[in-house]
Amino acid sequence: MIKKINTPLSDEIISQLKCGDLVEITGVIFTARDAAHKRLVELIKDGKELPFDIRGAVIYYVGPTPAKPGQVIGSAGPTTSYRMDPYAPVLLEKGLKGMIGKGKRSKEVRDAIVKYKGIYFASTGGAAALLAKHIKSSEIVAYEDLGPEAIRKLYVENFPAIVVNDIYGNDLYEEGVKRYKINE
Amino acid sequence: MKKITEEQIIEAIKNLFLDAGKFLPEDVYCAFENSLKVEESPLGRAVLEQLIENKKIAENDGMALCQDTGFAVVFVEWGTRVIFDGKDLFEAVNEGVRRAYKDGYYRKSIVNDPLFDRKNTGDNTPCLLHFEFVPGENVRIIAAPKGGGSENMSAIKMLRPADGVEGVKRFVIETVEKAGGNPCPPIIVGVGIGGTFEKSAYLAKKALLREIGEHNKDDRYANLERELLTEINKLGIGPMGFGGRVTALAVNIEYYPCHIASLPVAVNIQCHSARHKEVIL
Repeated sequence: MIKKINTPLSDEIISQLKCGDLVEITGVIFTARDAAHKRLVELIKDGKELPFDIRGAVIYYVGPTPAKPGQVIGSAGPTTSYRMDPYAPVLLEKGLKGMIGKGKRSKEVRDAIVKYKGIYFASTGGAAALLAKHIKSSEIVAYEDLGPEAIRKLYVENFPAIVVNDIYGNDLYEEGVKRYKINE
Repeated sequence: MKKITEEQIIEAIKNLFLDAGKFLPEDVYCAFENSLKVEESPLGRAVLEQLIENKKIAENDGMALCQDTGFAVVFVEWGTRVIFDGKDLFEAVNEGVRRAYKDGYYRKSIVNDPLFDRKNTGDNTPCLLHFEFVPGENVRIIAAPKGGGSENMSAIKMLRPADGVEGVKRFVIETVEKAGGNPCPPIIVGVGIGGTFEKSAYLAKKALLREIGEHNKDDRYANLERELLTEINKLGIGPMGFGGRVTALAVNIEYYPCHIASLPVAVNIQCHSARHKEVIL
């Protein structure tokens, strides 16, 4: 069964999500990847304000292709999340709730997800044309100079994702492999 | 002697990348369909179904299959009986790349300097050109846009000759296991064995161009490919790493003679968006 959830994410929504759940996300989410994360964390270190309200927010690790005329956005699938691991705990501490990406997170990030009640979703990497269909609006809110790495505010409808790390400390990548690994 | 102009190269490169970015090769698509028959994991099946759907959307809407439209890797095999009628072949290839990434609305993913500036060059150049002279009067060009996610999970190791077949197997499997879901499985595993340090990496990349289901002409290497594929699919990583039976679609090995002291092994991982397209001029 698919769980339908809306952003911004509350602690109550997050407490109901378990590793392996299929979800469909509706609402505003923000894009950020390597270079934008570096800048966000520098702002926090300098005690400056972030370019968007991070409390309850969901960040999607994506650098989309440019939109063609008449398109909202180009192809927009997730990028590999571990590159954002050095930055994610700081953002979670500031109120970030959800992250959408692909691939395993570090122990520090998994611990921060439990500690600050966050959630990590994966979407299907390489299903970028399909995922773009669920993005209904897109505007740049910061760092236009970064091109594909700029921070965009997206409105998504029924965006498909899977819960990987929940607040109970579970990890889909570990559990999935355990279930299907053939040991001889 | 046959002449090929700068403009012919630019056009060929542009068209190859425009097609490669949007149309999934038929053998990869067939491999998805076949994987659906053996994948037992419900999440794994859901991923495969999304990938099939994604292929159709990209084709119908003329969209990039993946937002990571890659580093523009180009292989040119230039017949020695062909004259290049132009100034700079590398620049002609770059111009073709520039036009494809602009006209195709592809992402520009190249930074000018790896360590200090990391400033986007804005047009996805420079390309990465592998050039070889071959006998004959044809020019064969292969465009192989390569995504960063799977490239990052690749590895190289200088084994001892004593490590032998078992050492090679261990290193390939370790590399794939460590990569887990990161490189977007189901993957294709390119393995380069022998040569020098850089030659093994080149062979591993070249191995990725082979059609799925086609094996090395040497039976010993072909059997090693089959054995490695079976072992990799026992790892349980599955589509996108969510657990499952289908972790790899193929293992392709290329080899070359090597030094008496050496056994270089390179593993280049290709995500499921295994894009490449070729033309003969």
